[in-house]
Amino acid sequence: MDKKKLLKIILTALVTAAFLFLLFYYEQDKRKNGHALSILERSAIYAVVAVAMNMLTGFTGLFSLGQAGFMALGAYTVGILTIPLEARQNIYYISGMNETLASWHMPFIPAMIIGGLVAAVSAALIGALILKLKSDYLAIATLGFSEVIRAIIASPQFDRITNGSYGLKKIPRFDTIFIPVIISAICILLMVLLIRSSYGRAFKAIREDETAAEAMGINLFKHKELSFVISSFFTGIAGGMLAGYMGSIDSGTFRITLTYDILLIVVLGGLGSVTGSILGSFLVTAGREWLRFFDEPLFIGSWQVPLFRTGFRMVVFSLLLMLVVLFYRRGIMGDREFSWDMIFRFFTKRRKKVEISSQGGSHD
Amino acid sequence: MRKSSILVFVLMLVVLFAAFSTVAAQDVVTIGVFQPQTGENGGGGFQEVLGTRYANTVYPTIEVGGKTYTIQLYEVDNKSDKTEAVTAAQNLVSKNVNAVIGSYGSGVSIAAGAIFEEAQIPAMGASCTNPQVTLGNDYYFRVAFLDPFQGTVMANYAFQNGAKTAAVITQLGDDYSSGLGKFFVDAFVKLAGEKAVVSQEQFQTNQTDFKAILGNIKATNPDVIFAPSSITTAPLIIKQAREMGITAKIMAGDTWENVTIIENAGKDAEGVVLSTFYDEADPSTEESAKFVEGFKKYLVENNQPDIIPAVSALSYDAYLAIYNAMKLADSVDPVAIRDALVNTEFDGVTGHIFFDENGDAVKNMAVIKVIENGEFKFLQNVTIE
Amino acid sequence: MSLVTILQHTLTGVSLGGAYALIAIGYTMVYGILRLINFAHGELFMMAGYFMIFAMASFPWYLSVPIVIIGTIVLGVVIEELAYKPLRSAPRTSIMISAIGVSYLLQNLATYLFTALPRGYPELPYLKKVFQIGDLSSSLVTFLTPVITIVLVFLLMQMINQTKIGMAIRAVAKDFETSQLMGIQINNVIIFTFVIGSFLAAIGSILYFTDRMSVNPFSGSLPGLKCFVAAVLGGIGSIPGAMVGGFILGVGETFMVALGFSTFSDAFTFLLLVAMLLFKPTGLFGEKIAEKV
Repeated sequence: MDKKKLLKIILTALVTAAFLFLLFYYEQDKRKNGHALSILERSAIYAVVAVAMNMLTGFTGLFSLGQAGFMALGAYTVGILTIPLEARQNIYYISGMNETLASWHMPFIPAMIIGGLVAAVSAALIGALILKLKSDYLAIATLGFSEVIRAIIASPQFDRITNGSYGLKKIPRFDTIFIPVIISAICILLMVLLIRSSYGRAFKAIREDETAAEAMGINLFKHKELSFVISSFFTGIAGGMLAGYMGSIDSGTFRITLTYDILLIVVLGGLGSVTGSILGSFLVTAGREWLRFFDEPLFIGSWQVPLFRTGFRMVVFSLLLMLVVLFYRRGIMGDREFSWDMIFRFFTKRRKKVEISSQGGSHD
Repeated sequence: MRKSSILVFVLMLVVLFAAFSTVAAQDVVTIGVFQPQTGENGGGGFQEVLGTRYANTVYPTIEVGGKTYTIQLYEVDNKSDKTEAVTAAQNLVSKNVNAVIGSYGSGVSIAAGAIFEEAQIPAMGASCTNPQVTLGNDYYFRVAFLDPFQGTVMANYAFQNGAKTAAVITQLGDDYSSGLGKFFVDAFVKLAGEKAVVSQEQFQTNQTDFKAILGNIKATNPDVIFAPSSITTAPLIIKQAREMGITAKIMAGDTWENVTIIENAGKDAEGVVLSTFYDEADPSTEESAKFVEGFKKYLVENNQPDIIPAVSALSYDAYLAIYNAMKLADSVDPVAIRDALVNTEFDGVTGHIFFDENGDAVKNMAVIKVIENGEFKFLQNVTIE
Repeated sequence: MSLVTILQHTLTGVSLGGAYALIAIGYTMVYGILRLINFAHGELFMMAGYFMIFAMASFPWYLSVPIVIIGTIVLGVVIEELAYKPLRSAPRTSIMISAIGVSYLLQNLATYLFTALPRGYPELPYLKKVFQIGDLSSSLVTFLTPVITIVLVFLLMQMINQTKIGMAIRAVAKDFETSQLMGIQINNVIIFTFVIGSFLAAIGSILYFTDRMSVNPFSGSLPGLKCFVAAVLGGIGSIPGAMVGGFILGVGETFMVALGFSTFSDAFTFLLLVAMLLFKPTGLFGEKIAEKV
């Protein structure tokens, strides 16, 4: 048994090292590997949002569709605070920038944390209003608030703060992929620790049965609010990272479709599985790029394959999603986590032809 | 359990496979075509792609440094979306393109600008008119005029034709529409007085009902309505305005020079005035005459209406600009192309082109067109010094 | 704001509200029975718009209208059978995600098939005739929409209250399982609900797009969400409630924009929703269902 444990540790270390080495190798020729790096960077950022959403939806049972709005708050905070002072006048070329804000400047990390806090505070206020609502009502209400946040950001009344319709640019981009990857790793680790703590167990109790949880002395509102606020904090952080990844943002980036993308990641990875969400975010981000060939005409000899033209990729993509939703409802990981035992078992059990149905461990 | 494990394995394999795919070729210059082919601006983006593709058939090779290079186009779709634009731009960078043409839509160009600058690849915007695209970016150039100029042109035109009052409609969250609207307001107020802009209305992206806005405008009874916006909203604004009995002249910017607007708005589109870059009936240069003849055939071959969209002409010129810069630099090195662009001067389809210190083509003339009998008719040239 | 302007805005708002109401009924009926926010309903409405464009390209209007209605009903029922029925016993979150998935698929499919460029909506004879009453100017369809809405709602109410299938719908909405035990063919009732919802969406689509004249792949998503809000406002499950909710939203939104709060017109819709859920969760006309909040 000890041997097995040691093996697991070694394997984990090896995989981590291999991954870091891959990043390091990519970094050597940023130009050639720019595309791959940008996909990995985006995956890392989406992974944080996906895990945060999963913590809320998969572990606490609160179905929220407000991710885009909280990401917008984080992204705009980072944008406003990190744009170099000398560039600001050119960017706020229509109405000028608010005088107090114009002199505030700070490095990325503190700006990102402030962004997270802004999202968390807004979530606390919104949560106090709407967390009493149940499943689909909560979903619609959070989705509504996300749109409200976006509308406020784009409104001419906020021109001097958010630059309204004109968006922000010249946000310093990450110099190296290690910054977003490490921040993401830390964020995800913190969330995992939370999920494993007594709070996390209370979250799961709420998901399973609110009445029973309450009877056991769990303060429903307090825990729901906590889960909502923390999830939004990390969503805001991820939004801040998205600003650092894109370098220029506007309100249109944070439409409902962004939330749907995240939802897709969470569903694909498996509701209630952190590793599933991480895997899902990579698959969805990279999958779209891999599927690009669907958008180009394809010839076999001189025969042109029908259907292949612009837009086909997204059709295939959404069909795949529907297939997962309908026939593979639990996603890649279900609500289990990746573990080496799983891999070991995969090799040993297969020989014995014993199939452990993927429906095992259902909580529904 | 087994199913998911297999999946995980397949995924890992795919990751490895994706990690090791690269492209290398000799004696080939690659020009990246950075355009939206889907999404809100998919239609306009495709027209620009056609212009570039055609330019590539006219000038397929270039002789530089004693060697003949084949010019290859590499097209990526930025989906009219800023997040996608970043990935698409990175894709171009990793394909080692020597220069980039695009994009339709200023927002995606701004998003990609930082990446091209970082990678030291020169980019040539065709119809993106927002000042922010080239400002503070040493690697972004463009062949079109700018929104402040365009706004002034339309304000001047309106004022010279007797308009005393104007209403402006802009799209919230859209830098092109909001910016151009603002420049028009500034110019018109200067000409016709502080109170000349009687109504400024905004609408949301994807909004289809403009009657509330138009109701307000009707109440102020302006002489002209300036409504720079995307081709998606244009026919809605035009038809709903006419239906509500608004007779004011409707004006807009360059995006409206698109046949879909006439198709969708029908006879209500009659009399709409817009500014644009180019008029095929008035070939000012030798290149232009050649282009009109050849491109019309090309459009028909590609199942498009044989009316030349101004954006196609511009993207043709963008290609020419890079072509001439490579000649001048006598090199295909991206940085050398960029340095040569500063001094490049040539006769394009849309006129004589050279660039100012921001990288913007120096243009002091815009073409004003009016929709008449279901066609865009040349009205006049407006020059502003 | 002069009286004429106010009247013009009211007319616009009521007409918009009428179209909203027709779509909202689809939401309210499906929700009443399946407890499902049919996110794809807005996309169904958009697809109905495209059906009309293609039908009118080869048939006269009196054939096109029934073709569109049938096409929309078929699509609605197919969505039910393929995307919702297999998940009947699944948790509510799954079926809702499936609904979001269908709406995503339909949007992408429409972009692929018809491109993202807006398509002009064909004009039906008579409907686009412009009327002039004093300074008020509007097309016939604007006047007609609220009238048609009210007539349809009246007929629908008669059906729900008087006929056998109406009774079955009411029974299933009240208690899914018990009604099954009483021998009601649940699946037939559900399909029938989707037929009615799709039928009204088709009519709503014709009225809405005739008035707005162009369709693009995303023209269903926002109206869809708003109509759900209208349904909640009126009290989910209540058909007259959905109608009233639709009218309130239409008029409210129009006046928000008219008063210069364009930015917040969508926000207004959602704030209204939250306020309603907090203070009167059953909506204006809804019956008390403890489960909701």
